[in-house]
Amino acid sequence: MSIIESVFQSSSVNFDGLLHYQFMQNAFIAGTIIAILAGTVGYFMVVRGQSFAGHSLANVGFAGATGASLIGLSPLLGLVVSGILAACGIYWLGLDMQHSRQSDIATGAIFSASMALGFLFVHLSTAQANNIYYVLFGNVLGISKASVLVTAAMAVPAFILVLVAARPLLFASVDPVVAEARGVPVARLGLGFLLILALVVAVAVQVVGVLLIFALLVTPAATARRLSSRPMVEIIISVLLAVIFTWTGLIAGYYTTFPVSFYITTFSFGFYVLVRLFKAFGPTGKVSTIKPDFEKSETDGS
Amino acid sequence: MNASNNLSSNNATAEEVISISGGAVELGGHTIWQNVNLGVKAGEFIAILGPNGSGKSTLIKTVLGLIPLNAGKITVFGRPARRGNQEIGYVPQRRSFDADARIRGRDIVRMGLDGGQWGLPFPFLNPKESKNISQRVEAVIESVDAASFADHSIGEMSGGQQQRLLIAQALVTNPRMLVLDEPLESLDLANQQAIANIIRRIAKEMGAAVLLVAHDINPIMSSIDRVVYIAKGHVAVGTPEEVISSETLSKLYGSNVEVLRTGDGSCVVVGRTGEIISYHEHH
Repeated sequence: MSIIESVFQSSSVNFDGLLHYQFMQNAFIAGTIIAILAGTVGYFMVVRGQSFAGHSLANVGFAGATGASLIGLSPLLGLVVSGILAACGIYWLGLDMQHSRQSDIATGAIFSASMALGFLFVHLSTAQANNIYYVLFGNVLGISKASVLVTAAMAVPAFILVLVAARPLLFASVDPVVAEARGVPVARLGLGFLLILALVVAVAVQVVGVLLIFALLVTPAATARRLSSRPMVEIIISVLLAVIFTWTGLIAGYYTTFPVSFYITTFSFGFYVLVRLFKAFGPTGKVSTIKPDFEKSETDGS
Repeated sequence: MNASNNLSSNNATAEEVISISGGAVELGGHTIWQNVNLGVKAGEFIAILGPNGSGKSTLIKTVLGLIPLNAGKITVFGRPARRGNQEIGYVPQRRSFDADARIRGRDIVRMGLDGGQWGLPFPFLNPKESKNISQRVEAVIESVDAASFADHSIGEMSGGQQQRLLIAQALVTNPRMLVLDEPLESLDLANQQAIANIIRRIAKEMGAAVLLVAHDINPIMSSIDRVVYIAKGHVAVGTPEEVISSETLSKLYGSNVEVLRTGDGSCVVVGRTGEIISYHEHH
């Protein structure tokens, strides 16, 4: 509670430097680590068409975080444990294999059930109701030095694992049938990816909360996919965007009275809309220049 | 038909790329097919035909080591069938890429070469290998006449363009055998012919054996050496004339089946009730 209180007080103080205060340093360090990880993992989530999984993991995380608070444990621990259990559940029920309607229904059902459970935990808890807002919308300015270390300890290995598995994971995501025949462990990669996604969601909730999680996990990756069709370039763009939105969000939140996660989400969404508008009405890029007569000349040639 | 079976299984030599003897597969307690004897020689072009659900894809999945036999024995290149064999190029049943599948055709082809490797590729660590890979990818893209659109994203391509790149992906490891599951499905006639010609030409150049699952034999009639016809859990193997005959197919289906041949050599298989079992335009 002391950190939250200190944040509360410090917002009424005149700042002379952005990184003068410890909480601001913590926010920048944790925010950057989380943005790099979320930008990378978010790319694979979008390519795999598993946004529903990210959404469900965040919702379950709400119950996990509030439940952990209720019994006096760290909300982050609750997020991690509930996320890992939910990832296993999604995998064993095969929800990650079925697309569209089944996973939509599952997401909806999980959303309601987790929110209700979380609400019950909050109701039972004697702690300040403020806590619920931090889980829902994030509280990046309240990240303690210990939380920064825990975040780094989870994020760095997860990031390395994703990079090591990047090629087989992309192969298994784009073309699972051929990847399987080629000896890529498609099923194990699927489970491994869900577990890493659970970790990413857990740490990212600290910044943007369970409700705004897609601002870091989906929007940068979806924007990157509009800007390139080369996987490595897309991942780099996705990471850069996630980092830029986090930094600008922190700066804007520092100099104004509006919350940081509001800014991160708004910048992220605003840039996505700009890119869509530019792609729709601006000059067409290389990727979308297949002319109508293109196919015809091709078949004539053979 | 039986004579040719026995011949190929008795003379199992190193030349034989696939050898199945007494093969049977059960899936979910249901026998898909049994007593399958098949020997495929290097460079042979085999068409796998039969009605929907007869187990054509199952047969190639046993060759790929994705489904085990419940009885009998299968060897591929003289060794038990196994998953991840780089000597087999595989083009599975048509999976359509979403229109927003934004990956360049070139990257799809390259996945066939190093898509399964762990770790990140750093071109500056091994520039020679990186160059070799690019050259190999480029060469195989040219060999399927896909150079003009290989840099577009796969989701925006036509079915024929996608299929060329998927064939290139299967060919990029220089395989000794090409396994294709209905590669001509959902293509227009001009593209069916073009793709069939590409497969035949490249298989000849590389000396690779081809196993091609087809719904309709006619676009590939001029390419094939032998036919594997699967129906009602049984399999007939032989030349197209031997297998696509009223006699053989009637025996296989256990009912009266007639094969009609048109002036240009195309054939249509018709059941006694008038139901067309396999014919040209099956949509």
